[in-house]
Amino acid sequence: MSEPLLDVRNLSIAYPVWGGVLKHKVGEVRAVDNVSFTIGRGETLGLVGESGCGKTTVAKAIIHILVATVPGVRIEGEIVYHGSRGAVNLLSLSRGQMRPLRSEMQMIFQDPFSSLNPRMTVGQIVEAPLRIHSNQTPQERRKRVEWLMTRVGLQPDHAARYPHEFSGGQRQRIGIARALAVNPKLIVADEPVSALDVSVQAQVINLLQDLQAEFGLAYLFVAHDLSVVHHISNRIAVMYLGNLIELGTADQVYLTPAHPYTRALVSAVPRPVPGGGRPDRVRLQGEIPSPLNKPSGCPFHTRCPIAKPDCSQALPPLLAKETGQVAACPYT
Amino acid sequence: MPNKVQQAAANSGTATGPLLSVRDLRTYFRVDGGMAKAVDGVSFDVLPDEVLGIVGESGSGKSVTSLSIMRLIPDPPGRIAGGQLLYRGRDLLKLSYPEMRKVRGAEIAMIFQEPMSALNPVFTVGFQLIETVQTHDKINKRAAFDRAVEMLAQVGISDGAKRMRDYPHQFSGGMRQRVMIAMALSCNPHLLIADEPTTALDVTTQAQILELMLKLKAQRPGAAIILITHDLAVVAETCQRVIVMYGGRVQEQATVRDLFASPRHPYTQGLLKSLPSTQTGHERLHAIPGNVPSIMDMPPACKFCTRCEFVFDRCRVEEPPLHDLGGGHLVRCHLLEGEPGTSAPGGVATVVGAQGTTRGLTPPARPDASRQETTP
Repeated sequence: MSEPLLDVRNLSIAYPVWGGVLKHKVGEVRAVDNVSFTIGRGETLGLVGESGCGKTTVAKAIIHILVATVPGVRIEGEIVYHGSRGAVNLLSLSRGQMRPLRSEMQMIFQDPFSSLNPRMTVGQIVEAPLRIHSNQTPQERRKRVEWLMTRVGLQPDHAARYPHEFSGGQRQRIGIARALAVNPKLIVADEPVSALDVSVQAQVINLLQDLQAEFGLAYLFVAHDLSVVHHISNRIAVMYLGNLIELGTADQVYLTPAHPYTRALVSAVPRPVPGGGRPDRVRLQGEIPSPLNKPSGCPFHTRCPIAKPDCSQALPPLLAKETGQVAACPYT
Repeated sequence: MPNKVQQAAANSGTATGPLLSVRDLRTYFRVDGGMAKAVDGVSFDVLPDEVLGIVGESGSGKSVTSLSIMRLIPDPPGRIAGGQLLYRGRDLLKLSYPEMRKVRGAEIAMIFQEPMSALNPVFTVGFQLIETVQTHDKINKRAAFDRAVEMLAQVGISDGAKRMRDYPHQFSGGMRQRVMIAMALSCNPHLLIADEPTTALDVTTQAQILELMLKLKAQRPGAAIILITHDLAVVAETCQRVIVMYGGRVQEQATVRDLFASPRHPYTQGLLKSLPSTQTGHERLHAIPGNVPSIMDMPPACKFCTRCEFVFDRCRVEEPPLHDLGGGHLVRCHLLEGEPGTSAPGGVATVVGAQGTTRGLTPPARPDASRQETTP
């Protein structure tokens, strides 16, 4: 792996649960539990898991928008960013201190419809980060916007149009241009292609890869579609109910998964091969438990096909596997 | 359920042949400044015991086709402007509203993409299941309750009698979709239309739901499923035949084996090549250029001509007919003209030789026509 850009160390995030007539805090949901990983410069780390596993929460914590949007959220651990100003723990920064760093890390959102302000023209949307983070003149900014729009495959003369005049794929390109405007080092992409049509998905994935090669971007690519994540990622991290349960290179995790949950997840991905599913498909029983009453010990033991009695006792640590990755299961 | 037995006996004469025959279906929507032809001349058959996939992107007309079969198109602005929907020989479009209500649920049932918006949030699941059963079968509430619990057990919801008292929000996404399936199958319909039933679900839950649908179909001889999806991989694993729609028209129709082994329409080929899972390494994906045109800006001739890599002049002025390649493989593309077995021979004769060698994902040979680059 290349030189680290972002170190997430023992990150735990607990959401408050409000209850009672006066809406006081009655409990907490541990959405993310002791998660550690590293993203190298120019690397793509895929973060996968089913809904409710905490992958979006991790992404939002990194980009420092969790505190602003969720009152009462408790975040522990460290998120160390190795930027142009040396290593800094993002969690120790105030919003004002975070601001200059935001030009180095940007986010692309899942829904290209709700993540663009319908009252701003596309030119204004792409220009907005420049107004905040650069001291360019209006002429320089306009030049930059034109260049950005061309670079992501839009026509620069469309800058005067409004978001509703564009299709989903084009809007996602606008979101990418906006993220790219301030020359970030890291882009956190939360399900960037899952709302797009199949024929457009490939265009956006190719664009993201081209931009990565051109600008040396690192991506945290959060998604649930394993075939897309396998395609775009260098390494893949798998989460289940707030815990990181497997981490390895894309091929290690996708082709030789070690954790029983990852095995089930990979084998559930439908393949474009006629004649039915895989004979080796692992059928999971039941559904992902609610994080409110998370199982003790290994969170997966309630659905695991190879669960042993002691799985409910203690959370297994991440162990190195023969195939090269680490996985939180001692029995594979 | 004696009424079902009688019905089956009464219908046994028409049991051979297609269960549903859609003939030249046209569904238009009045919009500002014109008529949006969401479905424009779509024909296909659904055979007993089969799972038919309809694949398309947003705006392809796949969902409007299914809503038209159920006659659930909001009118206005929508209107079924023409065609026939022959269900066991009866034209559904000629039925009165009360007659159609008897068909819905009892004969043809539908499940939707988002189960939360398809279930009523202010009534218990049990109330809604019993309501469905009692609408179609004259049985008392106790029997309807028992049938509902039995249906919940069939779709894998244990402790059904207790869960009948729960409201939809107390179920998870996958469980809600199971409730929808239980409701849809509670009157033993012969045709189930599933419109993106697993799109909102996680991948492990998707596998469970698809498996469940196939299992329940296998228990009902003669029943068929229309599975509407954008996911070709789901089609490959669950369907026997597949229809590819684009721009409100059928572009290709084939058995799943034929479609994946030798897709003939450039759009189908592009879709299959753009799937990440068919690529071996991490090289660039094949992408279809451009975007799906809005329904109001659909090109008049071939709907795919604005994005097709093999486009030539004729594609822009004349829409190709559906060429029959034999074995139930139909393709709407000018490039297949003069193929052995095509129904519309003549025209560009030079294609024939080259076409015979086209297999797999190799693009069809292009006739010697002035090629113009597509504008991305």
